[in-house]
Amino acid sequence: MSHMLKKLSIAVIGACAIMAHADSKLGPYAPVTDARLTNPEPSNWLMYRGNYQGWGYSSLEKINTGNVKNLSLAWSFSTGVTEGHQAPPIVNNGYMYVTTPNAQVIALNAVTGEELWRYKKEIPADLLMLHNTNRGVALYGDKVYVGTVDSHLIALDAKTGKVVWDATVGDVKALSYITLAPLAAKGKILVGSSGGETGMRGFVAAFDANTGKEAWRTYTTAAPGEPGGDTWPAGDAYKNGGGSIWITGTYDPASNIAYWGTGNPAPWPTEGRPGDNLYTTSTIALDVDTGKIKGHHQYHYNDAWDWDEVSAPVLIDTEINGRKVKGAVHAGRNGYLWMLERQSSGKIDFVNGISYVYNDVIKGLDKKTGRPSYDMTKKPGMGKPVNFCPSLWGGKDWPPESWSPKTKLFYIPANNHLCSELPAADPTAYKKGDLYIGYPIDGVLGSLRYQGGKKPASIGELQAWNLDTGKMAWSYKYDRAIWAPLLTTGGNLLFTGGTNDRVFRAFDATNGKVLWKYNMPSGVTAVPSSFEVNGEQYIAVQAGWGIDAERMQAGINTLDNTKTAVPQGGTVMVFKLNK
Amino acid sequence: MNAKTPCSTPSSTCCGCAVSQDGSDVSRREALKLVSLGSLSAIPFMSSPAMGQSAPLLLVDADAEQDFKPLRPADLALGKPLLVFPFDTQTGAPKNESRLNKMVVIRLTEDQMAADTKARSASGVLAYSGICTHQGCEVKTWMAKESVLACYCHASKFALLDSAKVVSGPAPKPLPAFALKLEGEFLAVVPSSPANQGA
Repeated sequence: MSHMLKKLSIAVIGACAIMAHADSKLGPYAPVTDARLTNPEPSNWLMYRGNYQGWGYSSLEKINTGNVKNLSLAWSFSTGVTEGHQAPPIVNNGYMYVTTPNAQVIALNAVTGEELWRYKKEIPADLLMLHNTNRGVALYGDKVYVGTVDSHLIALDAKTGKVVWDATVGDVKALSYITLAPLAAKGKILVGSSGGETGMRGFVAAFDANTGKEAWRTYTTAAPGEPGGDTWPAGDAYKNGGGSIWITGTYDPASNIAYWGTGNPAPWPTEGRPGDNLYTTSTIALDVDTGKIKGHHQYHYNDAWDWDEVSAPVLIDTEINGRKVKGAVHAGRNGYLWMLERQSSGKIDFVNGISYVYNDVIKGLDKKTGRPSYDMTKKPGMGKPVNFCPSLWGGKDWPPESWSPKTKLFYIPANNHLCSELPAADPTAYKKGDLYIGYPIDGVLGSLRYQGGKKPASIGELQAWNLDTGKMAWSYKYDRAIWAPLLTTGGNLLFTGGTNDRVFRAFDATNGKVLWKYNMPSGVTAVPSSFEVNGEQYIAVQAGWGIDAERMQAGINTLDNTKTAVPQGGTVMVFKLNK
Repeated sequence: MNAKTPCSTPSSTCCGCAVSQDGSDVSRREALKLVSLGSLSAIPFMSSPAMGQSAPLLLVDADAEQDFKPLRPADLALGKPLLVFPFDTQTGAPKNESRLNKMVVIRLTEDQMAADTKARSASGVLAYSGICTHQGCEVKTWMAKESVLACYCHASKFALLDSAKVVSGPAPKPLPAFALKLEGEFLAVVPSSPANQGA
């Protein structure tokens, strides 16, 4: 190489380095306003599912079906934490925030992966952690909010990570804990309590975004004298009646109503709690200003199957059965795809319900109300073991569905042909700080069964539904179970992981064809997101297997006499197109 | 015992594993100090021990709130685990300041035990930390068919007949083991012995 050429090369390399530096330099932090949350910019991913409606959809289309084969790793970042990573990378103008199990918050430069700051919550040493995962932050103003496994809500300075305020949300001694990403709306930060297996009385609570002062708290089990109070027996059953809030609510700014999914009633056996047990296994519509319950729909009453209906309904204004409705759509753990209509008053009406996985419990739905009828021989309880389908984990557990306004399809990460067999119930009295399940634990741990007792050809199913016709447009079947949060994009793509082979895949959202895949460091059960910086689109997700995916794998290992173990360890993985 | 099992008696240096805020394993030394013989060695049992001797450390049902009754082997049904607290005979109170002090005891058939495990048993009763080495949940579910003690939270399984080795699940290491002996008719934890010293 000539001296001149060398000089030129060095100059070019230098210029590139400067350009790269300029491209990756973060500007001032842009405060997150109600207006931005209501109409989020396509370039950002400002909340758990990208928008208030819970779509899990990015309109970005630079990465698309035509070029996704060129998607490659831009950067990765090891979180240094094991266990189930489930939070989406949340991005605001190049500032990325991820959370890890035990509620660490890590701020990163979204272009380079450079760590900006890290917040570690001091967790009590003797805390019993049933689910130590965390599903992400909320952004509002100039703060970042995180709920913690020891039941605190903490506001951090978005630029520095310094604690601005720290509010106690629930009683950690009673095993109240928070796994969800908070919901930020109208000056308030809303969270709810996990703990359906510990006899917690579920609630949604709102805190002032600036001060951390509690504004209201609404319980999900109705007390005597309250609407729904007569769906519980006389006495204190409702006080430890479950109805946990595991997942972020969706929000309709026009009506100022937030929709939440509620968990199973506690304990699991129903003998001590006859009645519908409102508002467990439901969606509830809450006025964000007051917390007042303005409407509800109970997906199934008097739950006996641990079918938490934890996911909030996805808010979709679309045609269902040829009629334009303000929809609230939910793929239930009970194995039914629920299409509901939300009224501006908060009232929720039933429109349609379709079984999307094999179900031998629900015999049918009332055409007007959607109330299911049960095969009572499939209802577990005292006296005898009972086999039922779908399994305790349901047709779909917490991993969120996705709606693409581009394909007008609703996507469900389902598990089919899985059942459970619970032994005869053995209920015990509630004891603060202990599990409150009501079945021998060895029976719960060993409850997983295959439909018909035979290993099915497929278990996991990625399903795409046309809500208007109620028909499945396509499905992609896996030979294994999936725990697969979904992302759809304007590039007509669907991204998800969820399998024990650690593969993260991109599908053609129109027909389910696999267009791209990548072997990740660990299994992916986290929520993917997409964002754009300096005109370049990125796909981001955390790898990090654990929690319920691992539990189900243990059950499958028992059934198959295998020892499949998925490597653990969290890594933020960010992809962009090769140039 | 498994040489890698860090401790088997609640000695003054006994250790265990809890989980740090970053999700990694850290020493549970501080918590288990509560059951350490460093603090218990001065406890008399019935009468003060002779100079240089440790008072025996008895066990009581962790759910007992009063009327604490030290456990005898016959109080344990075969294959029925029980969570217990060490019992301070000097104060007449269990060492229950922290739930991390919980131990799990279970009576099993001695001839099925590995030699080092059997050596730690008393009348077929084995004792381990009752706190899972993974995420700190309490382990109290005996799965007879597999001969394992299971953790409900994340399904780790421990081979109690063989030093509580991890059979499956995410637990990174065995449950710390405690050697037992009979003190009269009662179960008692063996005071520190060189082979069982924690790291």
